[in-house]
Formats: sequence, structure tokens, C-alpha cells
Amino acid sequence: MELRSKVPSGPIDQKWTKHKFDMKLVNPANKRKYHVIVVGSGLAGASASATLAELGYHVSCFTYHDSPRRAHSIAAQGGINAAKNYQGDGDSVFRLFYDTVKGGDFRAREANVYRLAEVSNEIIDQCVAQGIPFAREYGGLLDNRSFGGAQVSRTFYARGQTGQQLLLGAYQALMKEVHKGQVKLYNQCEMLDVVLVDGQARGIVTRHLVTGKIEVHLADAVALGTGGYSNAFYLSTNAMYCNVTAAWRAYRRGAGFANPCYTQIHPTCIPVAGDYQSKLTLMSESLRNDGRIWVSKQVDDDRAPGDIPEDQRDYYLERMYPAFGNLVPRDLASRRAKDMCDQGKGVGETKLGVYLDFEDAIQRLGADVIEARYGNLFEMYERITGEDPYRVPMRIYPAPHYTMGGLWVDYNLMTTVPGLYAIGEANFSDHGANRLGASALMQGVADGYFVLPYTIADYLAQAKLDPVAEDNQEVRGTVEEVESRIDRLLALDGDRTINSFHKELGRIVWDNCGMGRNATGLKEALEKIPVLRQEFWENAKVVGEGGSINQTLERAGRVADFLELAEVMCLDALVREESCGGHFREEHQTPEGEALRDDENFTHVTVWEYTGADTAPREHREPLEFENVPPTQRSYK
Amino acid sequence: MKLKLHVWRQAGPSARGQFVTYETDASEHMSFLEMLDVVNEDLEEKGEDPIVFDSDCREGICGTCGMVINGRPHGPWKRTTVCQLHMREYSDGDEIWIEPWRADGFPVQKDLMVDRAAFDRIVAAGGYISVRTGSAPDANAIPVVQVNAEKSMDAASCIGCGACVAACPNASAMLFTSAKAAHLNLLPQGQPERYGRVLDMILTMEAESFGTCTNHGACENACPKEIKIDVIAMLNRDYMKALLKAS
Amino acid sequence: MRRVYSLYSTSVGKKYTMAVSGAIFVVFVIVHMFGNLKVYLGPEAFNHYAEGLREFGAPFLGHEWFLWVFRVGLLAFLLIHTVAAWQTSRQSWAARGQKYKKQEKLVFHYASRTMRWGGVALLLFVVYHILHLTTGTLHPDFIPGDAYHNFVTGFRSLPVVAVYFAAMIALGLHLYHGTWSAFQTMGLDGPRIKRWREPVAIGVALLVVLVNLSFPVAVYTGILQ
Ligand SMILES: Cc1cc2nc3c(=O)[nH]c(=O)nc-3n(C[C@H](O)[C@H](O)[C@H](O)COP(=O)(O)OP(=O)(O)OC[C@H]3O[C@@H](n4cnc5c(N)ncnc54)[C@H](O)[C@@H]3O)c2cc1C
Ligand code: HEM
Ligand code: SF4
Ligand code: FES
Repeated sequence: MELRSKVPSGPIDQKWTKHKFDMKLVNPANKRKYHVIVVGSGLAGASASATLAELGYHVSCFTYHDSPRRAHSIAAQGGINAAKNYQGDGDSVFRLFYDTVKGGDFRAREANVYRLAEVSNEIIDQCVAQGIPFAREYGGLLDNRSFGGAQVSRTFYARGQTGQQLLLGAYQALMKEVHKGQVKLYNQCEMLDVVLVDGQARGIVTRHLVTGKIEVHLADAVALGTGGYSNAFYLSTNAMYCNVTAAWRAYRRGAGFANPCYTQIHPTCIPVAGDYQSKLTLMSESLRNDGRIWVSKQVDDDRAPGDIPEDQRDYYLERMYPAFGNLVPRDLASRRAKDMCDQGKGVGETKLGVYLDFEDAIQRLGADVIEARYGNLFEMYERITGEDPYRVPMRIYPAPHYTMGGLWVDYNLMTTVPGLYAIGEANFSDHGANRLGASALMQGVADGYFVLPYTIADYLAQAKLDPVAEDNQEVRGTVEEVESRIDRLLALDGDRTINSFHKELGRIVWDNCGMGRNATGLKEALEKIPVLRQEFWENAKVVGEGGSINQTLERAGRVADFLELAEVMCLDALVREESCGGHFREEHQTPEGEALRDDENFTHVTVWEYTGADTAPREHREPLEFENVPPTQRSYK
Repeated sequence: MKLKLHVWRQAGPSARGQFVTYETDASEHMSFLEMLDVVNEDLEEKGEDPIVFDSDCREGICGTCGMVINGRPHGPWKRTTVCQLHMREYSDGDEIWIEPWRADGFPVQKDLMVDRAAFDRIVAAGGYISVRTGSAPDANAIPVVQVNAEKSMDAASCIGCGACVAACPNASAMLFTSAKAAHLNLLPQGQPERYGRVLDMILTMEAESFGTCTNHGACENACPKEIKIDVIAMLNRDYMKALLKAS
Repeated sequence: MRRVYSLYSTSVGKKYTMAVSGAIFVVFVIVHMFGNLKVYLGPEAFNHYAEGLREFGAPFLGHEWFLWVFRVGLLAFLLIHTVAAWQTSRQSWAARGQKYKKQEKLVFHYASRTMRWGGVALLLFVVYHILHLTTGTLHPDFIPGDAYHNFVTGFRSLPVVAVYFAAMIALGLHLYHGTWSAFQTMGLDGPRIKRWREPVAIGVALLVVLVNLSFPVAVYTGILQ
């Protein structure tokens, strides 16, 4: 596997412009001769499909959802960053670039990040023109807020529904093209494999979730905008259906998988209530602006929070990080909460939680101000927990939220398989080892609207794309593999439900490859996962048949892929003998317990190559260079 | 708590459905869907087909979930999708009737899962603003009166769940269609295509199998996002203007 | 013509025609009710009014010209209103092929659920009302030209009073939701209208029902002789 990043030469602020000029174009009259498959209708997939179609390509867009608008991007609450500097507070493309590289703990590719910051402004223009109802000031101009500890106000938002509004914009643009016939939409249709012909990605194999029909769709190029894999942890803030199957199948066909161990744990989620828990709910990060985080100083304190006097409370973030207090970055806030619970100071029935207390803020500002700021969040909290946060402190606990790792892509967003692209959260992205708040939406739409539609032309214009027939041997072979895998899954008739495997896997990954990781735990996980995987194929049970809706079968296929991915995640975490961003190796920390990077040995992307079902994946490295933002140690003391 | 569930089971779009009764033991901390997850786990363990229902985000934003619980879409809680309904609401010995959205515009696919693609077609007909990627003017070049931006946002918060259709005694899709149109028609960016959009969306809605709005208001009461029927009045008004203009 | 067709081809347009024709009926029933109030001024005044209706527009218009134009107009609107009601109702019934086992009625007010059967009741009532007091076909003691006599003698039997009571309840409900609904259907929901439309709807319904019911009551209890 060769990792050619294809980063253009020249100064950082001219690379993208230059590259756009250097790339081959497809003549307008020829565009309609090309057929592009886009898998995914989230921000990345929908925006790419719409734009490619506008440009004149024939597009087929696939989603397993019943409507493209339901992709998980819909759930993003906080906002989207852009370097507009509308607030005049000194923001610039370079500052957004700088913050993102630094926030990613110097594990991202500079040129990609710069391009992201550069197109961020066009994104806002595009979205506003599409009618996205961003928050506005009294004078009618766009409002911004500061988010996730940024020093400038650069986050655009639409109430607590920024993701929904952005996705609706992209979805509407997509549906317009569907109406025109330029995009063919395949909803409730799950991609189960990539078709390679002569080493090029030439199509996909899908199963229709309602009819169960297995079909092959051929094209000239394929783009995957299939989202992240946080559900490897079983419990995460991701939607129930989020899964790694598309990316994983691509990996098994030769696409390199980069940095799988880079996962983000969000500090403010509602804690697990019981064994039946199906997913976790994120409470917006903005709560930390006014809420104070604390636990009891005593171990195993069973008193109600109101009965714990002030001097017996430990406001541990304020104590440890006087400068930033409760607003330290996500990874720190998460890890410290875990420490507290590990020490036996956790709160709530399960003892896995810390308090987020608004009492002071309510006294200082009044309950009505707090209600105006967080009313809907408080209501959501009460709905889920039955507790009133105006009177009792909230309980929060970290939860898996985002995956920075993903399919390796070059500057053009192409994976190591020619003609196969990855966009949005599905690629290993521009966030390095840690993503800043409000930057995932930015990246998803940047890839879809402003990058892929242009870089793909460079490939299409040059690649040799002979017509492929459906009875081509490689095509038939892939279809047969998919069919036989489905038959194998349907034949599973053991004692354990699919869900029980997913839960057990989640436990292993969370305990050993979650907020804190160490060699012993990772090695243990690497032993347990293959055993669990084997048990899955011997003792799982799939009820029902394949010819109609069968949600158990759908889940089975996804869990089977998670069982493979989890192993590579742990392996990746094991070989990365340093701590960086979301990847915290307990062996590598400063005396104060902060992440300790090893720039000398680990300033690279780790890319895994599939070598076969029973052999270990091969490790590759893409070295990273920092010419514009010299690496420094993060410090929030 | 012990519960008796009467759940609508239907093998496919053209199959005849019927209620099947299940008994389950639930915890008050569970969400309603988690309660059903547990029922399904039990069914799977017994080798029976689990109840098919659709849900994804389980945070009340994606609009995937939806079922009629004791005669009420999304169940008894206001401003709440069924995925956010929690079992505290119920007590030991309760009987719960669970049905899919019932509307010919939303054919049942299996059990509690319905096909809402009609909504996509309504949007495709005109629920967008045409703007070629990369051709937009600077975002602040078009100031928007704050009140209108807020009203537009109110309409835009529709999650496309279909509870309005499910609740409507006429199975009309007017609240959804109007919300989609109002979101765009309230903004300056939406003006050039406004009347064409209204006609196209209404004609498409008509072509689907929905009923006629008679201003019952049940949709507003059922809508988890509290979309108001004011948007329907707006669509009605725009429709007349559109007819006067279209000549 | 195409515009008229496209108006009527959608349910939104059909509703619009119902709202317009309905609003005309609302005005009509109010005017009709005020006219009937003259009955309290005695036989002379009332018969003069009834005669006046026939001579309306004279000498420009001939005897009963206006009345016939008016009747034909009302009939045409009634036809449109009824046909649209029938068509939209059918569309709605078809839209819920499979009924709910349980269905909570989440409507704003009960009146909206009475529109269909209430409308049919009104239609039957209108027919009866015409046969009763206009043509006299179903009147026990009809004297053409003596409207006051017909009016007063017409309400002396209990079943007739009961019919009028039932019809007025249907009318009240129909007027309440109908008036409110017509504003909504025609998109009249400016902030001021929105504040007034509910009280106006209730007011119109109550006024018409109470005044109209006062007639049979007054006759039956002997206040009107
Ligand atoms: C609760 C929550 C809050 C967030 N808040 C923010 C925020 O405030 N700001 C921010 O910047 N980011 C936020 N994020 C992150 C951000 O929302 C996501 O990273 C981003 O939306 C991902 O977009 P996407 O298009 O890559 O993927 P998705 O939106 O996940 O879309 C994936 C698409 O792929 C399809 N798909 C997947 N696999 C297949 C398959 N095998 N076959 C067919 N179709 C398939 C799905 O149907 C779907 O359409 C948040 C995330 C979460 C979970
Ligand atoms: C005195 C006679 C009548 C009056 C004053 C009247 C008035 C109205 C008004 C104002 C509306 C509201 C229109 C809208 O916004 O949609 C309405 C609706 C309606 N009318 Fe009538 N109408 C009368 C007779 C009838 C008759 C005879 C029928 C049926 C055969 C009927 C059936 C309906 C129906 C079904 C509706 C629509 C339901 C709704 O809006 O909720 N009406 N009517
Ligand atoms: S209007 Fe309300 S009930 Fe109807 S689809 Fe939208 S959110 Fe659901
Ligand atoms: S599952 Fe997303 S709204 Fe309920």
C-alpha cells in the first residue's frame, strides 16, 4: 500500500487555489457521461450528491435511512465554525487553521486543515443562501457564539439544531436534483460491499432493507459519506443505526484505515441508567459555561447532593485548572470525571457520574436567565431522568461521541483504492487526534460541497474507465460473497442474541480502549475480541428471513463488522505509544496527569492494511510535517 | 412494573394485520423504546420475530420514530417524540395499545414501520431554494429581520415525523407541507421561488393519498415540535396569491 | 377558466370555495335572523318586510326578481359548498383506509368534528325549512302572502319546535367552527384577526342560535300570538 498524500507544493495559503488550477477538468458536455455513486446522505453525502449533480454528473445516492434527511448529522446541536470574523474579534482563516491543528494535538495534515479553514467561509454563504435559519442579531445580521473553549466567536448556530438545519439545506438541495432526475435516490438501501474491477472502485453491492433484494450498482467512481463508528462502544451519543460497515467493507477491499484509535469522548452526557440502556444522550457543552462540576470529597458518599455541605464538595476542575475551570477541553473534562469515579466518588445509583450544578448560577443570574439559556436542555434532561435540574444538580458522565479515525484519504479525499473516496466523518479527517467543537459539521459540508466535486474530476478525466458489465467476473464474485455472507448470518441459530454480543463488545472496548488506555488492558482486549468474534459466528442467533424487513439481520451484519474493527482499534491504540488528543495512554502522561505526546516517534498517521481474515493487518505510516504551526505541548493549567 | 402490550403486527404492506398481546416487566427508568427493545430481546431469545419499529437518534430530532400509543401519536407527553417518552408515565398493570401511523399516504411496511417517502416527494417538488454551490453572495449581504428569522426557524424545526398526519382525523399532510413551505417563504432568500414552490408542493401533496385539512387542529396538538397551524393559514394565503399570479 | 379549474382541482382550493360560500351563508343567516326579528314588531311590520323582500329593487327590478336571483345564487353556492364538502370528505375517508383501534381526539374544539353530519343535518333542514315556511307544503295552515300567520302557526307543534332546536344546535356548531375555520382557510390570520376570530366565531354562533330559537320558544310559550 502506497500512501501518497498528494499535497500540492507552494505556500500553505496558496495550495488549494493552485491545486484547483492544476487539476484536470471534465468538459461540461462530458460530465453527464460519468456516473458517481455516493453512499450516505448525511451532511457530507447529501451535499456531495447535490453538487455533483448540479455540475452535470449522474449521481446515485444511497442511504439505509427511510429518508435522506434522517442521517445522523441531524443530531448535531452546537454549531458550525467559520472564519468569517463577523464579530471583528480578530478571527481569520489562519487562526481557525491554527486552532484546529493545535486542537488536534498536531496529528492532522496541515494542508487539509488549511483548506478546511479556507472554505469555511464559503460554507456559510452557501448555507445562508439555501435558507438555513441561522440565529441573527437584532439588526438582522448573523449571530455568533464562542464554542468549545475557542477564544473567538466563530460559531454559527440555529438554536440547538444546527445539524438539523444544515442537513435540511443539503437534503433540500439533494431532493431538487432528485426531482430533476439528475440524482437517483436509493433509500432504505444498505451498501454491503464495494465492487473493484481491475483495482478500481466501480460500484457497490446493496441489500434493500424492505425487499431484501441484493443488487449491484455500477459507476465510474464511488464516494463513502457513511459517518463514524462510535457505536463500536455499543453505548454512544450516535444514533442507533450508525455503523462502520461501509468503511469496513472498503477496508477489506484494500482501502487503508487510518488512526482507528482516535475517538472522542464527550464529557457532558446523561449517565447510564440501567442494563437496558440503548444509547446515550449528549447535553450541550454550553452547559459548562454556567454549571459547576463537583463530587463529594468522601468516597462512597450516599448522601443526597443537597445534604453535602459546601466544604465537603470537591469542585475538582476548578481546583486543578484554576485558569480554565469547568471549561477545560473535552478530553480533560472527560478523563477527570473518570478519575473521580475510579476513586469511588461517583454519584447517582450507578456511581458513574459527577454533578453539574447550577445552584450558584441560578442564585447569581436568576432562574429565568438560566431558563432562557438552557431551558430546552433542562427539559430534555428532566424528560430522561425524571429529575428537575433547577432543584437537583444534573448528573453527567462522558460518552463516546465522535471518531477522528477513518478511511485514509489523500488531499483529493481518495482512499488507497483508485476511484474510491471517503468524505465527512467516514474519512480520517482533518481533526488529528481530537476534534474541536463545531468543526465536524464544517468538515462534512466542506468535503461535500467544496472539495470532492472538484477533486473527483481530476480522477475521472484521467482514469481509464472501460465499461463494466454486470456479469463481469469480479462483479459476480463480489455479489456472491455478499449473498453468502447474508446466508451465513441468517443461518446463525445459536443461543445468544445479536444485541448481547454488541453489548459485550462495547464493554470490552469501553473498558480497555476508552478514556484511558494501557498496554495491559489493550492486550487483554486483543485476546478477548477474537474469542467473542468466534463465539458470534458459532453461537449467535438471527431470527426471521432475508426477503423482507429483518432488523435483526441488519444488526447482525453491523455487529459482525464492529467485532473486526474493534480489534484494529485496540491494536492501533497499542502501537501508538504516546498520548495525544483523545488517545490517552496511561503510561504516557506528565507528572500532573496530562497527555504526553512523543513527537519524535509518532508524528505520523497510522494506516492499517487488510491482509486477510486470519492474519494481522499491516501497519503503514504517513509522516506529518508541521511547517506553519510548530508543535507545542498543550497546557490548560 | 408489569405491563400488557397490544401491539399491531403486520407482515407486509398488503398483509392483514392484527393485534398481538405481550406481557413484559419494565423499569420506570426505561424509555418507551427501550421497553420494546427488551420485549424484542425476549422474542429473539424464543426464536420469534421481533416487533419491527423504526428509531434512530433516540433524542427527538431525526423524526424516525413514531407510533400511536393508546390513541395518541408519540404517546402522552407534550413536545415529546416517542423515543423520549419514559416509562415513569406508566404504572403496574397498565394496558398499552400500540399502533402504527395509519394513513394511506404512509403505507405500513411491517408492524409499526411505515413508508413516509411521500414527504420526500413533497419536498422534492419545491421545498428548496435553488442556489448553485459556490455561487452565493456573502452571508451578511442579506440581512433578515430577526422576527422573520425566528418564525422561519420555528417552521424549520419540523422533524418530518408524520405525527401530524397520524393525528389528523382526515389524515391530511397540511401541517408538514405548510411548515416546509413557511420555513423558506418567510426568508428573503425564499422569495423568488415562493409562489411556484407553493403550487408545486401543494400539487404534489394532492397526488399522494392524504386527506383534506378541515382545521381540526389535531396536528398542532400532536406535533412534537409544536409547529402551529399558522403555517397552514400562510400556505392557504400563498396558494391564492399563487393562483392569481400564475397566468 | 384554467385558473378556476386549478383552484378547484386541489383540496386547498376546494376548501377555499367552501370558505367563501360558507362565509356568504354566515352573512345570509345573520341577515335572515335580523329580518326575522321583525316578527316581534307585529304582523304588519313583518308582512311588510316579507313583501319588501319581494319588491326589493323596485321599480328598477320587477316583482320577486331580486328574490329569485338571490335564491338561485344561494342555491348555487349551496351546491358548490355541498359538493366540495362531499368530495373533500371522501378524500379524507379514503386517506385513512385502516382505522385506529384507539384514537384520542386531539382537535381544538368539538365543533370541528360535527361539520359533516351537522352539514347533512343542515341540508335536510334547509329543505324542510323551505317546504315548511316558504312553499308551505309541510305546513298545517299555510296562507300564501301572510308570512306572520304562517310563522306563528308554524311553531305551535312540539315536533316542529324540536326539529328547529336540533337544527339550530347543528347550525351553531357549524357556524362556530365554520366561521373560525373560514378565516384560517382564507389565510386571514394577522395578529389582530387572530385575536378576534375565536370570539367572533363564538359570538356569531351564539347570536344566531339564540335569536333564531327565541322564535319557536316565543310562539310555543304564547308570547307571540
Ligand atoms: C449528538 C451529536 C452532536 C453533535 N454536535 C456537533 C456540533 O454541534 N458541531 C459539529 O460540528 N459536529 C457535531 N457532531 C458531529 C457531527 O454531527 C458528525 O460528525 C457529522 O454530522 C457526520 O456527518 P456525515 O455526513 O459524515 O455522516 P452521517 O450524518 O452520519 O451520515 C451517514 C450517512 O451514511 C449512510 N450510511 C452509512 N452506512 C451506510 C451503508 N452501509 N449503506 C447505505 N448508507 C449508509 C446513512 O444512512 C447516512 O445517510 C455531533 C455528533 C453527535 C453524535
Ligand atoms: C346555513 C348553512 C351553512 C353555513 C352557514 C355554512 C358555513 C360554513 C363555513 C363558514 C364553513 C367553513 C369553510 C372553511 O373554512 O373551510 C363551512 C364548512 C363546511 N361546511 Fe358548511 N355551511 C352551511 C351549510 C352546509 C351544508 C348544507 C353542508 C353539507 C352538506 C355543509 C358542510 C360543510 C363541511 C363538510 C365543511 C368543512 C368542514 C370544516 O371546515 O371543518 N355546510 N360551512
Ligand atoms: S409538522 Fe410536527 S408532527 Fe408534522 S411532521 Fe413536522 S414535526 Fe412531525
Ligand atoms: S428516534 Fe429520532 S426522533 Fe425519535
